[in-house]
Amino acid sequence: MSTLSLAVRDSSTMLRRNLLHARRYPSLTLNLLLSPIMLLLLFVYIFGDTMSAGIGGGDRSTYLAYLFPGILLLTIGGTTIGSAVSVAMDMTEGIIARFRTLAIHRGSVLIGHVVGSVLQCMLSVALVGAVAVAIGFRSTDATALEWLAAFGLLALVSLALTWIAVGMGLSSPNAEAASNNALPLMVLPLLSSAFVPVDAMPGWFQPVAEYQPFTPAIETLRGLLLGTEIGHNGWLAVVWCVGLAVLGYAWSKSLFDRDPK
Amino acid sequence: MPSSVMSMSRQGDGHPSPAAVSAIGLRKSYGDKTVLDGIDLHIPAGSVFALLGPNGAGKTTAVKILSTLIAADDGQVQVAGHDLAADPQAVRAAIGVTGQFSAVDGLITGEENMLLMADLHHLSRREGRRVAAELLERFDLTEAAKKPASTYSGGMKRRLDIAMTLVGSPRIIFLDEPTTGLDPRSRHNMWQIIRELVTGGVTVFLTTQYLEEADELADRIAVLHDGKIAAEGTAEELKRIVPGGHVRLRFTDPAAYRSAATALREVTRDDEALALQIPSDGSQRELRSLLDWLDSAGIEADELTVHTPDLDDVFFALTGDASIPAQPKETAR
Repeated sequence: MSTLSLAVRDSSTMLRRNLLHARRYPSLTLNLLLSPIMLLLLFVYIFGDTMSAGIGGGDRSTYLAYLFPGILLLTIGGTTIGSAVSVAMDMTEGIIARFRTLAIHRGSVLIGHVVGSVLQCMLSVALVGAVAVAIGFRSTDATALEWLAAFGLLALVSLALTWIAVGMGLSSPNAEAASNNALPLMVLPLLSSAFVPVDAMPGWFQPVAEYQPFTPAIETLRGLLLGTEIGHNGWLAVVWCVGLAVLGYAWSKSLFDRDPK
Repeated sequence: MPSSVMSMSRQGDGHPSPAAVSAIGLRKSYGDKTVLDGIDLHIPAGSVFALLGPNGAGKTTAVKILSTLIAADDGQVQVAGHDLAADPQAVRAAIGVTGQFSAVDGLITGEENMLLMADLHHLSRREGRRVAAELLERFDLTEAAKKPASTYSGGMKRRLDIAMTLVGSPRIIFLDEPTTGLDPRSRHNMWQIIRELVTGGVTVFLTTQYLEEADELADRIAVLHDGKIAAEGTAEELKRIVPGGHVRLRFTDPAAYRSAATALREVTRDDEALALQIPSDGSQRELRSLLDWLDSAGIEADELTVHTPDLDDVFFALTGDASIPAQPKETAR
């Protein structure tokens, strides 16, 4: 069997194992969905009028449209925390040692986690998206191509954050530590332009919001779905994602290739 | 400190069969702690080899290295004819490993665990189902096959573990303390399983802390101590170098103890426990003459136990520390 077909076969076996886990024990995934949905409802129904006024008028639905891309990225961040936790949990299991003594593609354990996690992210995005549509979100004039690009970007963000999360999971001694270490994946979107425009933030804080991966990704999504100006955010978002994915992959691989304790 | 048994067995060792495992000068240390300090192994194909040693002797480290889980610092190792360092994938294709800690996926069922292994050994779907069903049946797990493995008892988990190891029909099987933590019945079942494996021509490398277990199963036994092989040979050869057999007399009355100790003279005294130890091979003849002697000397102990050589004795003998520990493990027979 060639290296590639071995990699594909073993990775899909590992993916099936992870999906089986997720299907059998859905509570972790579902719990992580609660935060973005609660934030969505909170900011639309409780703070919505004030926030709308803050971003230049309009009613509650104007703010819902503004908020929507950020909530989707927050959903991805939250889901990848779950990936970090499940990787950390998995690494404490004896079966990982067994996998290491089998003549299988070495990376398949991690690839199975990553692909599984990206699928879960997209499923979570679809669920949260459905909630947003149910409470009134409508894209202004996005074409099919723009929708496709939006999904593509969300998948790319998922891939990048998942590789980082897998590294965090591998470097954590247990599930609790993994959950703490991966918290930035959910905090960073809160500090981006998800809820308010960067211009509206205090001057000293603006660089924090400006120079991080979530802001360009959110601005690009806004552009695709709501027709706002994308500018340099498009390629900036892609560069961030590819960079993080490569970094997370290299980090995870070196952690996994170390001799286990 | 290699014993004479080792060199004797080496000379008489004319195995024509190729080595399943061979190691020369295997070394491993963690920081400045040396775990394996130059181990040599030669295990003929189709035999059972037991690596015997107490906790922390380096048994698990040896298994981890030989099964490609961790890298050795130094040494020439071949497993199934493949160089461990140069071609670990080829080694992995030939071996099966059951570690000390359960290597089953607790979140999925026993059957799913088996099918997972079949997939990872690249069996066809049909072949995978057949092998899984067959092994589940053989290890008496058919009834529990649809239950999550996390709900299994210790013995069941261990059986599933071994069943999973057997999915790819490995030629060499590593079992790291396969019976530690099992109740007596499960332990005997495990022994039976290992014997059946050997009948099928598989080479078994097992580690254990129990001399009895090595005695039951192994063709050859190596005693690991302080990262070195202290002795190697058959169970009989090892027991012969152990002078640990004795009869232990325990008294409750200090006066009776003192008078017995004076009368018997040639004994090891344990003043704290009020116990005397008389060297003995435990045979009926020697025991009768000992009892006659005690009777004629008018000594009546409150408790008499016959102590046969065990791992403790092997270690005290092999490490040159001849003193008997204050609380020896006694085997009443």
